Amino acid sequence: MDYQPPPFFSRGPAPLVRLGFFACLAILLMVLDARFRYAESLRQVVALLAYPLQRAALAPAELFGAAGGFFTTQVSLKQENEQLKAKQLLAANDLLTVDALRAENAQLRRLLEARERLPRPSTLAEILYRGRDPFSRKVIIDKGSRQGIRSGQAVIDDIGVVGQVTRVYPLLSEVTLITDKEQRTPVQVLRNGLRAVIYGGGERGTLDLSYTAANADVLADDVLVTSGIDGTYPAGLPVAKVSRIERDAAYSFAKITCVPTAGTDQNRQVLVLSQEMNIPPAPTETESVAGKLPKQKRAKKRE
Amino acid sequence: MAFYEQQQRILSPAKAGYMALTLVLALLFNLLPWRNVVGLPDMVALVLTFWCVHQPRKIGIGIAWFVGLVMDAGNGALLGQHAFAYAFLAFAAVSLHRRILWFSAWRQAAHVLVLLLASQLLMLAVRLVAGAAFPGLTYFAGSFVAAALWPTASFLLLLPQRRPAGMDENRSI
Repeated sequence: MDYQPPPFFSRGPAPLVRLGFFACLAILLMVLDARFRYAESLRQVVALLAYPLQRAALAPAELFGAAGGFFTTQVSLKQENEQLKAKQLLAANDLLTVDALRAENAQLRRLLEARERLPRPSTLAEILYRGRDPFSRKVIIDKGSRQGIRSGQAVIDDIGVVGQVTRVYPLLSEVTLITDKEQRTPVQVLRNGLRAVIYGGGERGTLDLSYTAANADVLADDVLVTSGIDGTYPAGLPVAKVSRIERDAAYSFAKITCVPTAGTDQNRQVLVLSQEMNIPPAPTETESVAGKLPKQKRAKKRE
Repeated sequence: MAFYEQQQRILSPAKAGYMALTLVLALLFNLLPWRNVVGLPDMVALVLTFWCVHQPRKIGIGIAWFVGLVMDAGNGALLGQHAFAYAFLAFAAVSLHRRILWFSAWRQAAHVLVLLLASQLLMLAVRLVAGAAFPGLTYFAGSFVAAALWPTASFLLLLPQRRPAGMDENRSI
């Protein structure tokens, strides 16, 4: 006779089976997320669940910030005021010449038939907190898709490039700093126009100018600015300063370490630049396709 | 040494709503905008472990997995990373719950420390495979803080169950 335990003893599948099932599910999700980026829609759905919690979690910080702002001492306000006045005096000189320079620049560009760069609309945002994921260098800012922030936009502060918007929520967005290990920024050496790609250095808070030939003309204290050829960053924004160069004859590439110009870990206020609208369309691949077509036909015939 | 190191009390049954509320509060704690605090305890992991040890029939691997997914989406981490670690944590806690409850609070904390460290190691392994950089040994400090909070947390989380079921003037406890 079949022995069946009474129903009140049944506890479902064994814990090990359950662990196996959920571990497989988690691994599947991680692979989809890390390798193929298919999990974004699922993330958006789960993020909707987490969203009220996120909002609620931000409330005490906002309250604290408001209270702190209220009790700012007069001395510090006065000091800041004096500092700002001094800064304005310094900037005034530049400001007076900037109109003339802009006009001259526009004329020169027209002469060169260069594409005229329009000043980009930008959004001022405040950094709320550092992302809790200890494996990446990200910050969360207080503007999201409702304020017109889109994934891929460049983020700068008053002295240089801070990073790039990588994920957008309705009222928040996530900015990956240029020092993140996965972040690359196309740069140019200001002194001689040498183009390169700069890689984030991870936890060290530095940047690496990788895959630059060992004999490339890069010196210590060279300033690196965005090259602008990616269409994401406007050209000429300071990114980093070369701090150390190691040239080893055994390797074909020099090991160049740089320090970010912008206060990637310090500032509260940042500027999110909108994408440049006047990017020329990507070249169509008609020529190359035409070249490949006979081969494809042949391959099809073989099938 | 006595079999039970602590005085055992007969507790009233845990309410599912209360368990859910503690989990939501722990999630709220984790999503607070912390600024580079070293040794920040993972409250969700701690509360999950607590309930898996005390109420293994009401909470388990599935719920832990889902809570982990919410953590991933809220934190912007790799989707499935916390889900994986929490599912393992819940499995270990459910398997060990009979053993852990024999010990006094601080010895329980030692067990919990091992579980939390193991789940953090899992997350670290996953992220290193996915290509992230090693965040430094301070990454593990959170588990030590969380384990140190275990006696306090278990006292607080058991408080509603210690309440007498009916308000009776003649009750002795």
